[in-house]
Amino acid sequence: MLPELGQMALILALLLATVQAVLPLVGAWRNQPALMAVARPAAIGHALFVTLAFALLAYAFLTFNFSVAYVANNSNLSLPWYYRFAAVWGAHEGSMLLWVLILSLWTVALAIFSTRLPQVFYARVLGVLGLLSIGFLLFILLTSNPFGRLLPPPPNGADLNPVLQDPGMTFHPPVLYMGYVGFSVAFAFAIAALLGGSLDKPWVRWARPWTNVAWGFLTLGIVAGSWWAYAELGWGGWWFWDPVENASFMPWLAGAALIHAQAITEKRGSLPAWTVLLSIFAFSLSLLGTFLVRSGVLTSVHAFASDPRRGVFILIYLGIVIGGSLLLYALRAPKVAGGKPFAPLSRETLLLVVNLLLTTSAAMVLLGTLFPLIGDAFGWGRISVGPPYFGTLFIALMTPAIMLMPLGPFARWGRADGRLLIRVAVQSAVVALLVGGILLFADSRGTPPWRAVLGGLGAVYVLAGVFAYALKRWREAPRGSRYPAEMLGMLIAHVGVGIFVAGVLLTTAFSIEHDVRLAPGQTETIGNFAFRFEGTTHVTGPNWTAEQGTVDVLENGAPYTVLHPQKRTYDQGQGQTESSIDPGFMRDLYVALGEPLDNGAWALRIYVKPFVRWMWGGGILMMIGGFVAATDRRFRLRRHDQEATSSASPGDRPTPREDSA
Amino acid sequence: MNPKRKRRLIITLLAVAAAAVAVTLTVFALQQNMNYLYSPTEIDAGKAPAHRTFRLGGVVKEHSVVRDGNSLMVHFVVTDRFHDMPVVYRGILPDLFREGQSVIVTGHMQGTEFVGTQVLAKHDETYMPKEVADAIRKAKEAERAQAAKQAHPLPQGR
Repeated sequence: MLPELGQMALILALLLATVQAVLPLVGAWRNQPALMAVARPAAIGHALFVTLAFALLAYAFLTFNFSVAYVANNSNLSLPWYYRFAAVWGAHEGSMLLWVLILSLWTVALAIFSTRLPQVFYARVLGVLGLLSIGFLLFILLTSNPFGRLLPPPPNGADLNPVLQDPGMTFHPPVLYMGYVGFSVAFAFAIAALLGGSLDKPWVRWARPWTNVAWGFLTLGIVAGSWWAYAELGWGGWWFWDPVENASFMPWLAGAALIHAQAITEKRGSLPAWTVLLSIFAFSLSLLGTFLVRSGVLTSVHAFASDPRRGVFILIYLGIVIGGSLLLYALRAPKVAGGKPFAPLSRETLLLVVNLLLTTSAAMVLLGTLFPLIGDAFGWGRISVGPPYFGTLFIALMTPAIMLMPLGPFARWGRADGRLLIRVAVQSAVVALLVGGILLFADSRGTPPWRAVLGGLGAVYVLAGVFAYALKRWREAPRGSRYPAEMLGMLIAHVGVGIFVAGVLLTTAFSIEHDVRLAPGQTETIGNFAFRFEGTTHVTGPNWTAEQGTVDVLENGAPYTVLHPQKRTYDQGQGQTESSIDPGFMRDLYVALGEPLDNGAWALRIYVKPFVRWMWGGGILMMIGGFVAATDRRFRLRRHDQEATSSASPGDRPTPREDSA
Repeated sequence: MNPKRKRRLIITLLAVAAAAVAVTLTVFALQQNMNYLYSPTEIDAGKAPAHRTFRLGGVVKEHSVVRDGNSLMVHFVVTDRFHDMPVVYRGILPDLFREGQSVIVTGHMQGTEFVGTQVLAKHDETYMPKEVADAIRKAKEAERAQAAKQAHPLPQGR
C-alpha cells in the first residue's frame, strides 16, 4: 500500500509542478497578480509531495520491504540501517528521486527567503524551476519508477553495490547533487531576467549568493568523491580524468567562471549577456553530467550499468532545456549591452581573462570526455582519450590563471594601476623564490622533481599575494569593514587554491608507490618507514567476511603504528578492497591488500603519499570561501531593492565598497 | 581607421590568435593521447599499431592466468573466442579481474606478446563494457563471413 502511496505522491508532485510552472509564468506574462501568487504555495506543496515520496522509499528500505523491486535489488537483511538509508540513492531510480527532492528543496528555500523579490520576477523564477522539475518527475514516472513492485516478494534482497558501502559514498551523491541542482537557481534567475526582457535589473546580485552556495556544495561533493576513490577503490589514486569525474568537474569550472562573471556584472553592470550565458552553461553542464553518469554512453572506471532508453529521454530533456534557453538567449540577449566602460588594464579585464581560461578548460574537458562518442559517430574506431591529454592542457590553461590570481584584488575596477600590479607580482614571485630556496637548502635529498618545484612556487606565490592584499586591507580600511564577508570568502577560496596547487603537485611528485609481493614476516622499506607484513586472519562483518592483513609499521626501527587492510567478500559474492590509511598532515601511509598469492604471501600496495591531504584541504577551503561570501550583508534583500528595480542599474547603485580595492 | 576601431581590430586579432593556439594545442594533445581499442581478432588481422599504446579488449580466457613465483609478474590470455592474445602484466590486478570476465588492458605489443601497463575490470560483474561486447560481436561477424566464404568459394556465381 505505502509504495503505491509514494507513486501517487510523485504524480501529485508532477501536477503541482505543472501548476507551479504554468500559472505564474502566464501570470507574469499577463500581469495578473492572482496567478503569480500561486507560485509559492504550489512550490511548497510540490516539495511536500516529493519529500513524502522520498520518505516512503526510505521507509521501504528501513523496513525491508522487498516487494518493492528497487529495494530488493539494492539492500538485504544483513545490510546495516545507515547503508540501507543511503541505498535510497544507491542506484538509478532513487538517485533521480534524490535529484528532484533537492531541486524542490532549493525551490522552497528560494520561495521562503526571496519573498522580497519583485513579484513578477519571483513568479518567473519559481515557474522556471517548476518547468525543470516537470521534466525530471516525468522521467522518473515514465522510465525509472522506484516504487515498481516485485511479486511475489523474494525472502531476501540482493545487496547494495559494495563499493557504495562506505561513509564517503553515503554523503557524496547528496552533496554533489546539492551543487548540480543548485546551479538551477542561477539558471532560473538568468532565464527570468531574459523573459523580463531586460538584464539591467539587479537580478545578478540576487543570484550571487545562490551561485556561491551551489558552487561550495559542488566543491565539497567533488572532494568527497575524490576522497572516496582514494580510500575505497583501493589503488590510492584520487583523480582519473574519468568521464564520471569529468561530469562533475565541468559544471564546477563553469560555476567558478560564473562566480567571477557575476561579480563584474553586479558591481559594474558590464557583460550581462556573458553572465547570462554562463548561467545557462553551468546548469546545462550539470544536466549533461547527470546524463553522462546515468545513461552509460561512456565507458568509465566507475561504470554503472544502465538502460539506454533512459539516455534517450534525458537527451531529449537536455535538448529542450539547453536549446530552449539558448534560443531565448539569442532572441533576447543582444538587446542588452552596457555597464561602465573599462580600460584594457582593469579588474574587469583580469576577471574576463580568468573567465575565458576557466570556460576554455571546461570546453577542453568536454571535448576530451565526449571524444569517444564523436569518434564512434564518425566511425573512427573505438577511441579513448588518455589522462595526459587532460593533465597537460589543464596545467597549460591554469598556470596563467594562477599567475593572475594575486593581482585580481589589487586591480581597480575601470582602470588598474599597471605599476602596482607588476610590483605585487614581483613581490609575490620573490617571496616564492625565497621560500623555495630556503626549502631547497634545508632539504638534503638533492634536486626535487620539477612538479614539486612548480607546486611549491605556485602555492607560495598565490598565498603571498593573498596575504599582501589582506595586509593592505588591514592597514587602509577602517576598523569593522576591513573584511566584508564577500571579500573574506574570496580570500579564503584563493588560499584554498594555493593549498590545493601545493597538494596536487607535491603529492604527484613525492608519492612513493610500491606494489610488492610479501610473504608473512617479510618487510618492505620506503624512506624511514619499514612495513612488515604479519600475514592475514579471517574476520567477519555484518554482511561480509574478509581476509584482514596485519602490517606493522616501523619508523627508523621503532614501532610506529599497525595497519589492517582488508580484502572483503560480500555475502552476494562481490569482492571489495578496504585500504588502511595512517593519515597525517604531512603524509599518508597507505596499505591495501592486492590479491592472495601462494604460501600465505599477498600482493600488497604500500604507498607513502606526502601532502595528499592538502589537496582536499584546499578544496574544503574553497567551499568555505563560497559559503562565507554568500553571507555578505549586501546580498540580503532589502525593501529598497524592489523600489530600485525600475530605476537604477546595478552599476549605478552606489555601494559602500564599490571601489574598495 | 579611428582609434576605437583600431583597438577593436587588435582585440579581435588577439582573440583569434589565442583561439588558434588553443585549438592547435588541443588537437596536438588529442592526437598524442588517443588510444584505440582492438580485439585479438583485429590484432591478428594486423590492424593494431606496432609501436604505439592501444587498448586490448576481450575476455580473460579460462585457466590462462599464471603467476610468477616470486614477483608480481602475471601472464594471462585475452580472447574474443576466435583469436587469443597473450598478455604479460606486472602489478596488482583489480578486484573484479577474473577468468571468464571481460577486461580492458592498456599497453603495447612486444613481439607476439601484449605488455600491459593498466588493467581495467568493471565494477559491475554482470555488465560487459560496450566496447568489449562490440569487439566480440565484430569478431563473430568476421568469423562467420570467413566461414561463409569457405563454404561457398564463389558466392557470386550463384
